[in-house]
Amino acid sequence: MFAQILMFIGAFFMFVAALGVARMPDLFMRLQSNTKSATFGVGFLLLGAAIHFWEFAISIRALAILIFLFATSPVAAHMLGRAAYIAGAPLWKGTLSDDLKGQYDYKTHELTAQPEEQQPKPRKTGEKRTK
Amino acid sequence: MNYFILNIILALTWAMLSGEINLTNLTAGFFIGYVILYIARRALGPSVYFSKVIKMVHFLGFFMKELLISNVRLAHDVLTWEFHMKPRIVAVPLSVKTDAEITVLANLISLTPGTLSLDVSSDKSALYVHVIYAEDEETAKREIKNGMERWVSDLSSQEKE
Repeated sequence: MFAQILMFIGAFFMFVAALGVARMPDLFMRLQSNTKSATFGVGFLLLGAAIHFWEFAISIRALAILIFLFATSPVAAHMLGRAAYIAGAPLWKGTLSDDLKGQYDYKTHELTAQPEEQQPKPRKTGEKRTK
Repeated sequence: MNYFILNIILALTWAMLSGEINLTNLTAGFFIGYVILYIARRALGPSVYFSKVIKMVHFLGFFMKELLISNVRLAHDVLTWEFHMKPRIVAVPLSVKTDAEITVLANLISLTPGTLSLDVSSDKSALYVHVIYAEDEETAKREIKNGMERWVSDLSSQEKE
C-alpha cells in the first residue's frame, strides 16, 4: 500500500513537470519545471519500486539509477540554459533583473564576473537582447 | 588508513556474517562499524570523518526538506491559474575555490527546484543563477550563500574542529 502511494506521488510530480513545460512562460522556467519535478517524480517512483520488491538486487539498482540521474540531469539543464542564453532566448516579461546581461563576450564566450560596485540596472523587459 | 573504507569493510563484514547481503543488514553494519571506529579512534589516529558523517546526515535532511518545499511551491504555481513567480538572474559571488567544489555546488543548486545555475564566470569568481522566487536580489543571493555554499565548503574542508 505504501509503495502504491509513493508511486502515485511520483506520477503526480511527473504530470506536474509535463504540465509545467506547457504552461511556463519562458525557456528557463520550463527547464526548471522539467528537470526538477521530473527528477523528484522519478525518485518517488524508484523508491516505490524498491519498497514494493524489497530485494537487494532491485533496491541497489534503483539507488544506482537515482545517483546517475541526480548527477547527469543538472549538467544537461545547465548546458541547455547556457546555450539558450547565448543564443538569445527571450526572458519572460515579468523577469525582475538580469545580472548576466552584458557580461558575455559573444565572440569568445568568455564571461566576466560582475564588479561589486556596479549595481545592475533593471533590464527593460519584453525586448530581445542585442547580440 | 581511510576511515570511510574501514567503515565500508566493517559494514560488508557484518552483512556477510548475518548470512544475507541486503540493505537492512548493510545499514545496520554501517552504524555498528561507525560506533566501533568511534570507540577505536584514539588508536587509529584523529580524523574529521566522524563529524563529517554527522554533517552529511544533516545535509541530506536539509536537502530533502528543500527539495520537498520548493517542489510543492513549483507544483502549486503550475497547477493554479495565475503565476506568482518573480524570476531573476543573479550573480552569486563564490567563496569556494576548487573546480570540484564549484561543480558540486552548481549541480546541487540546479537540483533544488526554483534555482538553476546557468554559468560560471571565466575567472571562477561568480556563479550566475536563475532564481524563480526572488523577492529581492540580496535575499536570493544570501539564501544561496548561507544555504548550499556553506554546506559544500563545510563538507569539503579538511581541518578538524
